[in-house]
Amino acid sequence: MQFGVFSVGDVTPDPTTGRTPTEAERIKAMVAIALKAEEVGLDVFATGEHHNPPFVPSSPTTLLGHLAGRTTSLLLSTATTLITTNDPVKIAEDYAMLQHLADGRVDLMLGRGNTGPVYPWFGQDIRDGLALAVQNYALLHRLWREEDVDWQGRFRTPLQGFTSTPRPLDGRPPFVWHASIRSPEIAEQAAYYGDGFFHNNIFWPSSHVRRMVELYRRRFEHHGHGPAAHAIVGLGGQVFMRKNSQDAVREFRPYFDVAPVYGHGPSLEEFMAQTPLTVGSPQQVIDRTLSFRDYAGDYQRQLFLIDHAGLPLTTVLEQLDLLGEEVVPVLRKEFAALRPAGVPEEPPTHPSLVAAGTAAVTR
Amino acid sequence: MTARRIVVVSAGLSTPSSTRLLADRLGAATAAALDSRGVPAEVEVVELREHARALADALVTGFSTGALRSALDAVAGADAVIAVTPVFTGSYSGLFKTFFDVLEPDALAGRPVLVAATAGSARHTLALDHAMRPLFAHLRALVVPTGVVAAPEDWAGGDLSTRVDRAAAELADLVAGRQPARRTDPFDEPTGFADLLRAG
Repeated sequence: MQFGVFSVGDVTPDPTTGRTPTEAERIKAMVAIALKAEEVGLDVFATGEHHNPPFVPSSPTTLLGHLAGRTTSLLLSTATTLITTNDPVKIAEDYAMLQHLADGRVDLMLGRGNTGPVYPWFGQDIRDGLALAVQNYALLHRLWREEDVDWQGRFRTPLQGFTSTPRPLDGRPPFVWHASIRSPEIAEQAAYYGDGFFHNNIFWPSSHVRRMVELYRRRFEHHGHGPAAHAIVGLGGQVFMRKNSQDAVREFRPYFDVAPVYGHGPSLEEFMAQTPLTVGSPQQVIDRTLSFRDYAGDYQRQLFLIDHAGLPLTTVLEQLDLLGEEVVPVLRKEFAALRPAGVPEEPPTHPSLVAAGTAAVTR
Repeated sequence: MTARRIVVVSAGLSTPSSTRLLADRLGAATAAALDSRGVPAEVEVVELREHARALADALVTGFSTGALRSALDAVAGADAVIAVTPVFTGSYSGLFKTFFDVLEPDALAGRPVLVAATAGSARHTLALDHAMRPLFAHLRALVVPTGVVAAPEDWAGGDLSTRVDRAAAELADLVAGRQPARRTDPFDEPTGFADLLRAG
C-alpha cells in the first residue's frame, strides 16, 4: 500500500500569529514537505492545481519536475490535475515529459475544479464540467496510446494526424486516478477505463464516501476489469497529531476554527465525528485510518492532508516525522495483514505496467 | 394501498408556535381529506428550529448529517409537502429559506406543495404570493392554488378553517391522483459511460 501527502497549496495566514507566508515561502515549503516525505519513508507527494489566489500551484509539472531532480524514490502525483480547463493535448505532453525526467515515478489524478470563474479564464464554462471531463479524457487517453490521431470534438480545435511528444516512457502512459467528491458520473468514468478512483475523504461524511467507492467498484467489475474487490481505490484523510491527544486538540483548534472550507461552522469535535478528520495521538490516527477500510474496502493509496489552514512549515515537518516514525510503519503492517490474497497491494506503477506488457496499455 | 407520506415543514420559532399550530391544522386536514378519498396517509412534521445550528453548519461545510439529513430525506421522499413559515420582514424567514437552500435542487420537482404562513398583520398576506410561490416555482414544485395565511384576527374566528380545508382538499386531490413517490438513486442506477460520452 502507498502512503503519502497531498497539498492544496493554499497561502493562508497563521491564525495564531497573523502572519501570511509569501508565495515564495509557500512554494519552497511545498518542496520541503515533499523532500521530507521521501526522507521519512512515505511513497507519494501530490500537488493541487489552482489558478486563483490564495493558491500557488498553478503549474504542477514545473513543481514536480523540480522534485523529480531532487528525489530518488518518491512517486510524484497531483490532486488534482484539471481535466476541464487544461487542454488535454498539453496534459498529454507535460506529463509524458515529466515521466521521462522522473524515470517513471509519476501518476496523476484528474479532477474538474469547482470554481466557476476559473473556467472562462481558460475559455470554458463550468456548466460543461462533466462533459469536459469525459471528452477531454477520452482524447488524452488516445493521445498517450496512439500516434497520428485524428480527432474532432466540442471543446477544442480538431486534430489531424497529431502525435503528442514525447511519447509516454517505455510506451506506458502514467497511471490515472479520477477524483470526485460527489459525482457518480466520475466514478463511472474511472470504472469504464479501469483507472483508479480517489475520494478526498475529508470534507464529506464516510457514509457518502462509501457510496461513491461502492459504485466505482461495482462498475469496475461491470466493465470487465476484474472483481470489484480488485478495483484501485485511493483515499484522502486529514490528521493533526501530537504524542498526547489533548495537546493535538489544543494546538490544532485555532487553525480548525477559522480554516478555509469548513471554518466558522461545526466545532472540531462535531467535525471529527462527522468526517474522517482525526486530531489526536498517533495511535488514534492509526485506528481511524484502519477504519477507512470498513467503508472503502481494501484500498491501495492513502494520502494525508497536513499542510493547510496556515499551519507553519516546522509544524508540518513534525507531522511528517510522526507519520514516518509512528503511523505509517504500523499502517503498512496492519493493512497488509488484513488484505485478502488477490487484492492488489499497490496501484499500478511504471515498473508494474512495463512488466505487465502491452496488455496493460491496449484496451 | 401504500400510505402516502405528507411532510409538514414548520419554521416557527417560539414554543408554542402559531406557525406550528397552523402547520398541524393543515397536516390533519390533508390527512382527513385523503382518508375521505380512500387514500391512507402518514403525516410527519419537521420543526426547523430543531435544525437551526445544523443548517448553519451545512451552509458552511456543504453537507448535512444526523437529524437534519433525515429531515431533508423525508422531504425529498414525501408524496406532498406542506411548507409553513412566519412572515419576517415581508417574506419567509431566513431559517425557512436556508432549509430549502440546503435541500437538493431537484428534490421537489413535480411534487405537490401547499404553502402557508403566519403573519403579525393581515397586511403581510401577499408575502405568500410574492415570496413563497416564486421560491417553489424555482424548485419546480406543483403548488396548489389556495395558500393559507393566518393573521392575528384569523385565530379569533372567521374563515381560517374554510381556507385550511379548501387548501387541504386541493392537495389531497393532487396526491390521490398520482402514483406514490419513487425516487431514482443515481448511485443505484448510474448513467452508463456510453451515454456520458454521447452527452458530451
